[in-house]
Amino acid sequence: MAHDTHFETRSQAQYEYDRAQNAKHMRKQVTQFAIMIMLTFVAFAAVVADFSPYFIKPLILLLAGVQVVQQLYSFMHMDEKDAPHMGVIQFFIWGGGFIAFTFFVAFLTIIWW
Amino acid sequence: MSSVAKKKGFGGHIWDYLTTVDHKKIAILYLAAGTLFFAIAGFEALLIRVQLMIPNNDFISAGLFNELLTMHGTTMLFLAATPLLFAFMNAIVPLQIGARDVAFPFLNALGFWLFFFGAVFLHLSFFLGGGPDAGWTSYASLSLYSPGHGIDFYVLGLQISGAGTLISGINFIVTIITMRAPGMTFMRMPLFTWTSLVSSTLILFAFPPLTVGLFLMLVDRMFGANFFDHTMGGNTIIWEHLFWIFGHPEVYILVLPAFGLFSEIIPVFARKRLFGYSSMVFATILIGFLGFMVWAHHMFTTGLGATANAIFAVATMAIAVPTGMKVFNWILTIWGGSVKVTVPMLYALGFIPSFVAGGVTGVMQAAAPLDYQLHDSYFIVAHFHYVIVGGIVTALFGSAHFYWPIMFNRALNEKLGVLTFWIFFIGFHLTFFVQHFLGLMGMPRRVFTYMADQGWDTFNFISSIGALMMGVGVILLVINVLISIKSAPLNRRDYWGDGRSLEWALETPLPFYNFKQTPLVRGYDPYWIEKEEGNKEGMVYAEPIGDIHMPNNSILPFVMSIGTFVAAFGALYSPWGDQAKAGTAESVSPGLSLALLIGGLGLTIVCMIIRSFKDDLGYHVHKEEVVQIEKELAEYRAKGGKR
Repeated sequence: MAHDTHFETRSQAQYEYDRAQNAKHMRKQVTQFAIMIMLTFVAFAAVVADFSPYFIKPLILLLAGVQVVQQLYSFMHMDEKDAPHMGVIQFFIWGGGFIAFTFFVAFLTIIWW
Repeated sequence: MSSVAKKKGFGGHIWDYLTTVDHKKIAILYLAAGTLFFAIAGFEALLIRVQLMIPNNDFISAGLFNELLTMHGTTMLFLAATPLLFAFMNAIVPLQIGARDVAFPFLNALGFWLFFFGAVFLHLSFFLGGGPDAGWTSYASLSLYSPGHGIDFYVLGLQISGAGTLISGINFIVTIITMRAPGMTFMRMPLFTWTSLVSSTLILFAFPPLTVGLFLMLVDRMFGANFFDHTMGGNTIIWEHLFWIFGHPEVYILVLPAFGLFSEIIPVFARKRLFGYSSMVFATILIGFLGFMVWAHHMFTTGLGATANAIFAVATMAIAVPTGMKVFNWILTIWGGSVKVTVPMLYALGFIPSFVAGGVTGVMQAAAPLDYQLHDSYFIVAHFHYVIVGGIVTALFGSAHFYWPIMFNRALNEKLGVLTFWIFFIGFHLTFFVQHFLGLMGMPRRVFTYMADQGWDTFNFISSIGALMMGVGVILLVINVLISIKSAPLNRRDYWGDGRSLEWALETPLPFYNFKQTPLVRGYDPYWIEKEEGNKEGMVYAEPIGDIHMPNNSILPFVMSIGTFVAAFGALYSPWGDQAKAGTAESVSPGLSLALLIGGLGLTIVCMIIRSFKDDLGYHVHKEEVVQIEKELAEYRAKGGKR
C-alpha cells in the first residue's frame, strides 16, 4: 500500500553480502552454461561419430531432458527455494510435465505403435 | 469520486461496462452473456425435442437437425455453462479470499470479451450459410468433409473463445494463489475457492490440447493440410484423442465449481460446518488429476485394443471414489443439521440424487464391454444430461438464488423460486429418465427422426413434454430476475442469516474496492467465527484505513477482441480452403481475405503494443475518499437505497 511505502538504505555489510551472493550466483550460472555447452557437444559428437540411430535418438532425447531441467533450475530461477510461491511453481511445472508426458506415452503406444 | 452518488446516462453505463475491469461488473457481463447463450441453446434443444416428439416428424429437416444438435452441445458447454460458472467465480472468489480484485483485472476483461466475440462469431454461422453440423465433438472423419462454412465457424469461434477461457483460468489461478488476505491459508479457503482453483488449473492444462486440435483442423480445412486425412498419410483418430484430452477435463472444469457452489450452499442451510473439509479438498484435487487420465473412455469403440481399454476403464472407475467421498460429505453435512429448506437448498437436495444417478450410469459406461452396447445410444445422452443438468445447471440456478443478494443487492422471489424448482426438476427427470430406456431399447443418438412402433414412441413423447417443462422453468427464472429488478434493495450483510465465509460479512451494495481494509482471517469459516464472538463488523482487519490501489478501466480488451473477430472472417472466407476450392463454400478474393486477416490481427497487435508501452499503474483511492465513500454508502443504506 502506498501509505506506508518506505525506502531502505543498505548498510556496508549488507552491500558486501549482496556482492558476494551475486558473485556466487554468477559462478553457478557460468558453470551450468558450460555444462550445457558440453552436453550439446556430446549430442553433436554422437551424430558425427555415426552411432546406431537406436542409440543416438534416446541419447539426444535424454540430453534434451537434462537441459530442460537445467534451464528451468539455473536460468529460470526455480532453484531459489525461498522465492515466493516456489512450491506452487514447481508443482505446476512438474504437474503439467507429468500430464503432458502421459499424453505422449499414450500417443506413442496406442496411436502410432 | 464516489461509488454511489454518481449519476450516469445510458451511454455512460454502456461505456462503463465496455471498459470495466471490476470483477463484480465482469461477473454481471458473464452472467448476462451466459444467460443469453443458455437461452439460445435451450431453444435449440426445444426444437430438437419437438422434432423427436412423434415418429416420422418433419418439423425440421435432417440437415438443420444436425446443425441444431451441434450448436446445442457446443453452446451449452462452451458458451453457457463455462461463462455462467465464470460469473460466479468472478463475483464470489475475490470476496471469499478477501481481495479487492483479481490479480490481472485487464486480462479478466480481455478473457470475457474474447469469449463473447468468439461466441457471437460462432452464432453468426446460422445467418451466414448454416451452422456446424458434425456434433459438438466434430470428429475429423466427419467434419473435414462437411460442405459450407459451418465447421470453419466452429473452429474459429472456439479458438477465440477458448483463448478467452484460458486467459481467465490463468487469472484465477494467480488470484487465488497470490491475493489471499492475511490468515487465509490454503486449508482455510472456502470450498468454492478451492474448486475454482482446481478447475482453473484444469483449464490451464486442458485448453492447449484443444487449441492444438482446432489449429490442425483449421489448417486442414482452410489451407489444405492433411493432419487428419488418412488418404494423405494423416490420422483421423488424432483429432479424437486431442479433443477428448481436452473434452474430458472440460467436464470436470464445469462440474468442480458446481460442487464448490453446493459445498457453500449446504453448510449455510444445514447450519453446520461442512463435514470433512480436508477430505473435500483432497477429493477435488484427486478428481482434477484423474480427470486427465481417462479421456480414452470416450473412444472405447474406436478400436484402441483390449489393454488400452482396460487401463482407461479402471482409471475411470477410480474417479467414482473421490466423487463418492464428496457425496457422502454433503449428506453428512446435512445429517443432524437444523435444515432450512430455501430455494438454493432445494436445488442442493435435488442435485444429490440426480447427480448420483448420472454418476452411476457413468460407472456403467466405464466398463468397456458394456460400453460397446451403450455407445452412441440415448443411454449416453441420458447419462451426460443427468450429470450436466443434474449437477451443473442445478448448481447455477441454486447459486443464482443464493448469491443474488451479494451480486445485485436484491433477492429473488422465494415462492416463485420454489415453483420454478419443481417445474424444472420434474421436467428434467421426465426428459432424461426415460432416455435411459430409449437407449437400452436401441435408439441411437443424433438421429433426426425414427420409425413408429419400435416401442420408442411413448418415451420420446414423455421426454419432449419434460423438455417443454424445463423451458417453462427457465422462463419462470427469467421472470423472477425481472421482478427482482423492481424489488426493494436489501442493504444488509448476511442475507440468509447463516452465512459462514467472508463474502457474507460484506454489507451490500459493495463499494467498488470491496474491502475498505483488508480483513484478517482467523480460521475456516471466518465470518462464522466473528459472529460467534459477537463482532458486529463481521471481520477483524489486518491494516488501518489507508489508500487503496485500484486498476484503471480500459477499452483495449474490447478492441483487441474485435481484432480477432475481424481476422476470423478473413480466415473463414479464405480462397485457399478445401471447401472453397471445391466450390461448396463461399470465398472472397485473396486480397480481401488477407486484408481482413492482417487488418484484424494487426488491430489486436497494435492494442497489445499500446498496452505494453503505455504504463498503466492504476490509481489510488485516498484515505479521505475511502472514508467519504463509506459514509455515503452508510447514508444510502440507511435511507433504504434511495438517492
